[in-house]
Amino acid sequence: MHNKADMIKVEHLTKTFGQFVAVSDISFEIKQGEIAAFLGPNGAGKTTTIKMLTTLLRPTSGKVELDGLNPERQPGEVRKRFGIVFQDPSLDDELTAQENMEIHAALYHIPRRDCAVRIEKLLKLFELWDRRKEPAKRFSGGMRRRLEIARALLHSPRVLFLDEPTLGLDPQTRNQLWNQVRKLNEEEGVTVFLTTHYMEEAERVAHRVCIIDHGRIIAEGSPNELKQQTGSQTLEQAFLALTGSSIRQEEASSVEQMRNFARAWRRR
Amino acid sequence: MAMNVIYVLWLRQLKRFVRARSRIVASVGQPLLYLLALGYGLGPVFQKAGMGSYLQFIAPGVIAMTVLFTSIFSGIELIWDRQFGFLKETLVAPVPRLWIMVGRTFGGATVAVLQGIVLLAIGLAAGFRVHDTLSLPLALLFMALIALMFTALGTAIASVLSDFQGFQFVMNLLVMPLFFLSGAIFPLSNLPKALTILTSLDPLSYGVDGLRYSLIGAAHFGLTTDLAVLSIGAALLLFLASSLFSRIQL
Repeated sequence: MHNKADMIKVEHLTKTFGQFVAVSDISFEIKQGEIAAFLGPNGAGKTTTIKMLTTLLRPTSGKVELDGLNPERQPGEVRKRFGIVFQDPSLDDELTAQENMEIHAALYHIPRRDCAVRIEKLLKLFELWDRRKEPAKRFSGGMRRRLEIARALLHSPRVLFLDEPTLGLDPQTRNQLWNQVRKLNEEEGVTVFLTTHYMEEAERVAHRVCIIDHGRIIAEGSPNELKQQTGSQTLEQAFLALTGSSIRQEEASSVEQMRNFARAWRRR
Repeated sequence: MAMNVIYVLWLRQLKRFVRARSRIVASVGQPLLYLLALGYGLGPVFQKAGMGSYLQFIAPGVIAMTVLFTSIFSGIELIWDRQFGFLKETLVAPVPRLWIMVGRTFGGATVAVLQGIVLLAIGLAAGFRVHDTLSLPLALLFMALIALMFTALGTAIASVLSDFQGFQFVMNLLVMPLFFLSGAIFPLSNLPKALTILTSLDPLSYGVDGLRYSLIGAAHFGLTTDLAVLSIGAALLLFLASSLFSRIQL
């Protein structure tokens, strides 16, 4: 693996919001074609790191590179090179699966003739082709997630970011989703950067794991290395050994309140 | 390329409008109440005061109200949209924020004009009469200016609000005063001095006046003033909205 280039390179990255240090002096590299998982308790700094890698937040200090480019200075070029699935939904529910894909194609300037072929391929891979003419609001949680991943891959990005993509999905759906992601990683060589709360998923899918807590990387390596380091049977035990078992107090931010409201609303 | 992105985002909002029919019906309810209950309810008093038909008078005001509400809401929707909706998808795409803002704002404004047309049609069915069909395009122009101005205002406000707590505040302290002080439901002449000043400071007054001029041939400020105030207001607010929108952080 060491002959491959770094797809993501982060050096001494720090992000502070006023007094609060969200990400504190972290450094890591992710090689081309790797599946890397960021694991950490709530509020550890996972999403903040993703936002800095994807041009959505400016780092307070430190250096970030994605495919050799600087997200701060070359946002347009960087954006062409990654696809992202956010923690919260980002589909247009009134539009069909096909239309959601087509808008993405327009936003990424994908030529028309390439686009139809690619949409068909991805919708088939994620088992949505038969329902492409239905509005996304009729889809189950798992189907929406699959559509978001298919959409994020439409412009053939070099890196795919998945921020807790399996949150709220049942085990079957989660299993299927990861199989598809792994297949894509093997077939297209897309580098995957994911975060999740489910340790067994990371253990199964990721080549490399970073454990992050209080804004710092406290351990990194392959799932096996981490288990050996801590003398644990599973990655979950290793995780708890490294981060402690105290429950994190997360303040109910305004976003969190809206999220609760959205959940209650959807359940009706 | 820019045109294509803007067009796609504009079209998206039109599709949403056409597909969500229940929303159209719901948003017509309130203006309809104003049109029919006030139009017919205050009609006799208005008539006795020698002011003619109140339905004729209030219909342009109610159309302006529909356009105002629909526009402000489509702007404010941004708060929700950037956390749980499609907006994030556009904000990480390799296109300038300005195109996104323009596509979104014009889409929202078009939808507001369509709502205004729905209200006009209902008004016509309820007995409202246009003085000259040739001036209908002018009425559309006024609806478009009102729509652009307030979609931009809604976008500007939503770009700086982080949650819905500020929303009630915006409704009570901004949207309702804009509507009530616009001359939509009462004539602007012979008002107490304070009210005259307030109504002439309300940009919607000029929209209502322009609509009244084009639909029933009566104006308070006059066509040129109406057009000038609305165009400048819309341009300023679009500028403000685009600069605030480009600073949104997720």
